Amino acid sequence: MTEELDAGLVAEQIRQADVLAPPDQTTEIGRRRARKEDAKLVTGQTTWTDNIQFPGMLHAALLRSPMAHARITKLDVSGALQRPGVIAAYTASDLGADQIGLPCAWPVTPDMVHPDHHPIAVDEVRHVGDPVAVVVARDRYSAADALEAIDVEYDALPAVVDMEEALKDEVLVHADKGTNRSFTWPFENGPVDDVFAAAEVVVERRFIQQRLVPCAMEPRAVVVAPLPASDEYTVYSSTQVPHVLKLMLAMVTGLPEHKLRVVAPDVGGGFGSKLQVYGEEVVCLLLARRLGRPVKWTESRSEGFLATHHGRDQIQDIAIAADRDGTIRGLKVELKADMGAYLMLVTPGVPVLGAFMFNAIYKMDAYRFTCTGVFTTKTPTDAYRGAGRPEATFAIERVMDELAVELGMDPLELRRKNWIRHEEFPYTTIAGLTYDSGNYEAATDRATELFDYEGLRAEQQQRRDRNDPVQLGIGISTFTEMCGLAPSRVLGQLSYGAGGWEAATIRMLPTGKVEVVTGTSPHGQGHVTSWSQIASDALGVPFEDVEVIHGDTKTAPMGMDTYGSRSLVVGGIAVHKACEKVVDKARRVAAHLLEASEGDIDFQRGVFSVKGSPDAKVSIQEVALATFAAHNLPEGMEPSLNSDYVLDPENFSFPHGTHLCAVEVDTETGWVQIRKYVAVDDVGNVINPLIVEGQVHGGLAQGIAQALFEEGVYDADGNLTSGTLVDYLVPAASDLPEFVTDRTVTPSTSNPLGVKGVGEAGTIASTPAVVNAVLDAVRHLGVQDVRMPCSPERVWRALHEAQAGAR
Amino acid sequence: MIPAEFDYVRASSVDEAVAALAGAGDAKLLAGGQSLLPLLRLRLAYPEVVVDLGRVDALRGIREEGDRLVIGAMTTHAEVLGSDAVRRHAPLVAEATATVADRQVRHRGTFGGSLAHADPAGDLPAVALALDAEFVVQGPSGRRTVPASEFFTDYLQSALAPDDVLVEVSLPKLGDGWGVHYEKFHRVAQAWAIVGVAAAVRRSNGSIAEARIGLTNMGPTPVRATAVEQALAGGAASQEAVRQAAARATDGARPTSDLHAQADYRNHLVQVLTARAVLKAAG
Repeated sequence: MTEELDAGLVAEQIRQADVLAPPDQTTEIGRRRARKEDAKLVTGQTTWTDNIQFPGMLHAALLRSPMAHARITKLDVSGALQRPGVIAAYTASDLGADQIGLPCAWPVTPDMVHPDHHPIAVDEVRHVGDPVAVVVARDRYSAADALEAIDVEYDALPAVVDMEEALKDEVLVHADKGTNRSFTWPFENGPVDDVFAAAEVVVERRFIQQRLVPCAMEPRAVVVAPLPASDEYTVYSSTQVPHVLKLMLAMVTGLPEHKLRVVAPDVGGGFGSKLQVYGEEVVCLLLARRLGRPVKWTESRSEGFLATHHGRDQIQDIAIAADRDGTIRGLKVELKADMGAYLMLVTPGVPVLGAFMFNAIYKMDAYRFTCTGVFTTKTPTDAYRGAGRPEATFAIERVMDELAVELGMDPLELRRKNWIRHEEFPYTTIAGLTYDSGNYEAATDRATELFDYEGLRAEQQQRRDRNDPVQLGIGISTFTEMCGLAPSRVLGQLSYGAGGWEAATIRMLPTGKVEVVTGTSPHGQGHVTSWSQIASDALGVPFEDVEVIHGDTKTAPMGMDTYGSRSLVVGGIAVHKACEKVVDKARRVAAHLLEASEGDIDFQRGVFSVKGSPDAKVSIQEVALATFAAHNLPEGMEPSLNSDYVLDPENFSFPHGTHLCAVEVDTETGWVQIRKYVAVDDVGNVINPLIVEGQVHGGLAQGIAQALFEEGVYDADGNLTSGTLVDYLVPAASDLPEFVTDRTVTPSTSNPLGVKGVGEAGTIASTPAVVNAVLDAVRHLGVQDVRMPCSPERVWRALHEAQAGAR
Repeated sequence: MIPAEFDYVRASSVDEAVAALAGAGDAKLLAGGQSLLPLLRLRLAYPEVVVDLGRVDALRGIREEGDRLVIGAMTTHAEVLGSDAVRRHAPLVAEATATVADRQVRHRGTFGGSLAHADPAGDLPAVALALDAEFVVQGPSGRRTVPASEFFTDYLQSALAPDDVLVEVSLPKLGDGWGVHYEKFHRVAQAWAIVGVAAAVRRSNGSIAEARIGLTNMGPTPVRATAVEQALAGGAASQEAVRQAAARATDGARPTSDLHAQADYRNHLVQVLTARAVLKAAG
């Protein structure tokens, strides 16, 4: 039986959910608005890139290398050209100089080794999935079939999949570069060597951040529609970054920027994997240009596993120095980060961001961080939800637990002893960032209360005492993150290729309706709803009267797009500021219409009134109409209320929180069951609590997935053996516990709304909370560590080996 | 899904399906598609012809025949789960079917399709083996009945010839006194079992009179744990006795190593899970 989706019914249900919001709320900000955009998204009555059709549109398919590393000794596409429906087939040599390398916008050091990265491999392939040829056909089936008629032969070269092996430089990923080391990025503050030499306690650990494969629900897709007569091109792409993509496509193809338009239609998830300039986007543009016809490419899920960038994959050597009483003195971190075969858009910058997060919320005297980027014959890595920050948070929160064990302290007490106290804000950390606000005490107190920390500790002891086959463990994560990437000058200091500003435009329509144009590019975050709430409050217009326009460089020409929990703290604030400009100008019009001086005009909930004469008033909608008519405006005034604002943030924002996780570990099977999960997040003021909760839930799922389920596994020959959703275990709702979520509110002092961002918090916080809990359950049985994901087999084996060692 | 090209035949009867299979060089039956379509999508299978059984009504449905329950091969998992007769007479089938993948798969996938695919990691083969199911098969030379013990021949291989259609599966009704449990160990809901144990136990005066145990994913075929069955028969239903008997669950098993578990871990798990399954069934 199939059920027809009724879009009207869904929309009605969403409207009814709104009724659940408290009726007495006078502001939109803080209201649990169901998301405006959901009815069309969940019923599919919208435009996903793969739905786009043009007359005469052609379909591209890429032949990808099955080898991790090989020289291409023969490549003949003539067989493909014989196949029915095939229009063209190209190799790298056919594309020649049209094929300029893909960009890396974050050269973290001046001497960074940055190999060429062609959309179609030239002479040599360097990871399974590296494209070697492209076929264009009248339909997708013909294109896929024709790939099998391409005659290609490879001369295998050795693969190198392990970073430490790669650093020996015996097998080179890029022979011409002479090394697999891309860069080493150092940071140091304070007398590190002295602190460690004098330390009463030093705990050293190695943690492995396994490789993760982003699995956005919507695979990637690109359509390029040319207008040959005027040499203009519209690129539709399932991307998080239409503005960045437009600029980069202009730079790598040489097409004039003003002849390019990039559209990100509704995009079904990204998690960083669509913060990228992909070879397929460049190739489709080149093909549309050569053939003068629209060209579409849509990724299959299997292709996505190989061709969409991966995340994490680091070796973390961390050492912490402390006094016997638990006072932290210093921290040393030596990071090796797997770049994969090439550097993509921000590949090198991702692990470097960790430099500012390993110290987390803790005070210390000295800190040293080095990060070495390493090439291997694997799919390139790049940003994945949290991007550098979850990795860092995992290591510091894990090592804090290890230090607590070493000192015989309660891990919460150890954290309490070392974190920045509420009264110490603003606080400049050892890594050089100034945290503007925070209240770790409040979040932790609330979390322990919701968790029943003492009760669970007592049960844990009982289970240990009776040698219960099911042991209980408690994991803690008191995390922070740097969000709102970022002040442009800071990005400049970090050698990032662009600024961190964001743009907004407010268009006041004659009927009083409002169009908010944003440079952020939502792909699931709910910006249409949140930005409507911000504009509704600032302009005093109904929530329903606001439309949000995004994701098209023609209609929203300025923007830096959506990633790094930046949209609200940069883009949302830009909307707020642009609204203020509208109100300022509307106030002048209102004063003119009411024949009062501007200083005497009050503005409240959409109505301008004259102080002392409450009957003399005019609504913002009336002002909008009057401005449109322009019959009676102040002398010399431009007849428009529209405004633009480009906001460059003054600081990062620093959401934080305390997450507590209780797990039961079945010592007979190694099975880990999350028994209770409490997340108390402090994301400052909240625009829409429902959206915040959704972000936290999704983030927790992704962080728990790293802790327990997901792992991108390569064999020694460089094959991705976890290349399907059968082998790469993305948990579903039924695999996750019920989450207890709550918030404390410590507003950011760096922006006028006091907001901080929430997109990555759950992911960053939850991974160490879960793994700490697993270790806490079995450490007394002799287990020192369990690598992620803590699969039943890994947990069982660790227990098994600990028992064998004890005998 | 972008499979390679194939011809499609929609059969309206078993005879038609058998004829279509016989007339084609390399044909595959589509019986729900939950295993076939991924193979086509990944281009791991290149059949010339796909014969769709979706409209062969005679293959659907559940009926009682005396002391046996007969399930048509094209009956969906969801239909099996919705059947009172299955719940009453073949509760082990109901329990195992409830663990098959997710709701969407259970509405598309079929009882017979799952068995005919003969995947040792599938949940139903071990159940069919434990219950001594009989497979009614139709080929060009007519119908025949194959006992479960002879049906599963190797990894993804069964007694079905290329031009055979599995028509229905007949199971003995479990009478009063039987308890059942399917213990499935898998990492996420839609994943295959790392190990599964299908147990049916007849209790009598506090001891176990008879036990039937099938093992999922412990070798190239589903495995009947006969050593455990023998050790349990006539013994106490106590934890200790059951654990001791369950230690023999590795007899005759030939588990493989894969991404989710090494063979030694499977050998350990199967003992723990067999004890749990038997104790729950006996409980």
